Amino acid sequence: MNKADKSILTKSTIERLEKLLVVFPEKKSIVLPALHLVYEQFGYLNKAAIAEIAARTGVPDIYFEEGANFYTMFPIAPVGKYLIQVCHNISCTLMGADELVRYLKEKLKIEVGETTADGLFTLVTVECLGSCGTAPVMQINDTYYENLTREKVDRILEKLRRQE
Amino acid sequence: MSFEPILLKPIPDDDQIDVYEKHGGYSALAKALKEYSPEQITQIVIDSGLRGRGGAGFPTGRKWTFIPKDNTKPVYLCVNADESEPGTFKDRQLMREHPHLLIEGTIIAAYAINCHQAFIYIRGEFAAEARLLEKAIAEASTKGYLGKNILGSGFDLNITLYRGGGAYICGEETALMTSLEGGPGYPRVKPPFPAVAGLYGCPTIINNVETLCNLPPIVANGADWFKSYGTPKSPGTKIFCVSGHVNKPGNYELPMGVSMRELLFDYAGGIKNDKSLKAVIPGGSSVPMLTGDKIDVNMDFESLAEAGSMLGSAGVIVMDETTCIVKAAYVISRFYQHESCGQCTPCRQGTLWMYRILHRIEHGKGRTEELDLLLDICDNIEGNTICPLGDAAVPSVRTSIRLFRDEYEYHIKHKKCMVELGPRFE
Ligand SMILES: Cc1cc2nc3c(=O)[nH]c(=O)nc-3n(C[C@H](O)[C@H](O)[C@H](O)COP(=O)(O)O)c2cc1C
Ligand code: SF4
Ligand code: FES
Repeated sequence: MNKADKSILTKSTIERLEKLLVVFPEKKSIVLPALHLVYEQFGYLNKAAIAEIAARTGVPDIYFEEGANFYTMFPIAPVGKYLIQVCHNISCTLMGADELVRYLKEKLKIEVGETTADGLFTLVTVECLGSCGTAPVMQINDTYYENLTREKVDRILEKLRRQE
Repeated sequence: MSFEPILLKPIPDDDQIDVYEKHGGYSALAKALKEYSPEQITQIVIDSGLRGRGGAGFPTGRKWTFIPKDNTKPVYLCVNADESEPGTFKDRQLMREHPHLLIEGTIIAAYAINCHQAFIYIRGEFAAEARLLEKAIAEASTKGYLGKNILGSGFDLNITLYRGGGAYICGEETALMTSLEGGPGYPRVKPPFPAVAGLYGCPTIINNVETLCNLPPIVANGADWFKSYGTPKSPGTKIFCVSGHVNKPGNYELPMGVSMRELLFDYAGGIKNDKSLKAVIPGGSSVPMLTGDKIDVNMDFESLAEAGSMLGSAGVIVMDETTCIVKAAYVISRFYQHESCGQCTPCRQGTLWMYRILHRIEHGKGRTEELDLLLDICDNIEGNTICPLGDAAVPSVRTSIRLFRDEYEYHIKHKKCMVELGPRFE
């Protein structure tokens, strides 16, 4: 059977992976970009996908594992459809990050690190997002939400629930 | 108090190449390739006195000359777009609003150092900025500013965007290279310096986004023009990132050496809710705090060092009277403890102990003896680590104790903050 037949990677992921292989002077450099590809397709670091990438590219599994352990941006297990990451570093703390976290916990009825029962939202805290001038800030999946107020948070969550 | 920004020009849609070109974009590159040799560009940058904007302030042109003259290996340029020093958010705005300025600066630097492959290492969370840069790179390639034989000069350059994975340490230049090579981002011992043996063992120059964005205007207007801004030792403009308790937080590009008072009160709108100013961290969370009465200091490398702090990345973090200093130090220590890569014991253990002690104090379980223990840990981390992250964890905590010891003692004794915390998130 042809390799592509049993692939769990999408065609687009495979194409982008193949492009990566010719970009860098050394093949091992694809580790982090490949983790991004897996994260984009699955929303977390799916082990089977990483194994497939290792097999396809000949870059040993262990390098991807090391990367997965080191780089904190990628969840290593499935999370809610929307991953809410609230910055709790200094500038955001000065502008009320703690209250923001408390408010989100109340609204979502979960603790930090948990996912809502409907699988929609996971709430975590993170370090500085590089957006301190518009604190408090949270990132939901790829998008930054800045200058947050209670009202804004209400609107954002409502909109995401509707899009569900 | 009206200064026309040079890098952060308020030009709408400047992320589109046509707009950027219409305002003179890529003409500095054309001039560089046509009128100057790589050595001449380096000399102009040396003469301009431009110093790195990533935190350390190292002279940019001089750094370039450290590439061995007899080198036969490829030379690499890494653009440091990792922007993760707490309190710093200038590179993000540059990349969002003026991605072509960065691309043009990168091409000029690459030409000067004879590099044909540059990497932009952008922090992973900046997904929107990464997309903008991808688009800008594609546009620049279509127009012949990138690729083979750029503008008929015979110079070739390829720029590759590389997204980080959410680790602060990868902003440190040697960790950045290890990360780009595909490993976990562990810093390396220097020497060898990157300019001698860096990425893939080849000579490598690492420059910050803002540093490179300064190159097109320098080439276009000359070294003397650049030196007409700022101070003799810290020439040019600087983007100051003001966050925390001010009425108008944001990025302000001003001549180096502007007074902190002017920056905070004339530009950033003064302290929020007319509170009084308690403390400022002027250069990102890694530098010493100053008390609120010390704001008649000038914002340049030398003046801030003299005042007992540092310009660092110019992330100016403003704390009003309703800030609990213990809480601020606790939050900062949590960050370094979380980001230590763990290679060196003083950093790995020291940042963890600092965090644990501050956690206890913050949660009403501290003991007075622990304040001296904290200072002792600070002394033992400093100077004993592979990279400067260990050192960076020390200053804010140490100065917070030295300057606000009474507040710590109150916190320990009464198990609560000495100040009435203000409302924040409404
Ligand atoms: C822990 C640590 C984090 C750093 N993070 C950044 C960063 O996010 N961006 C940056 O430009 N420089 C950062 N630096 C500084 C770089 O190591 C390096 O000095 C800089 O990119 C050089 O560029 P420049 O000479 O143009 O300033 C960091 C340094 C340390 C020790
Ligand atoms: S100082 Fe800290 S971050 Fe730097 S190499 Fe040592 S353990 Fe890692
Ligand atoms: S401190 Fe929250 S974005 Fe920087």
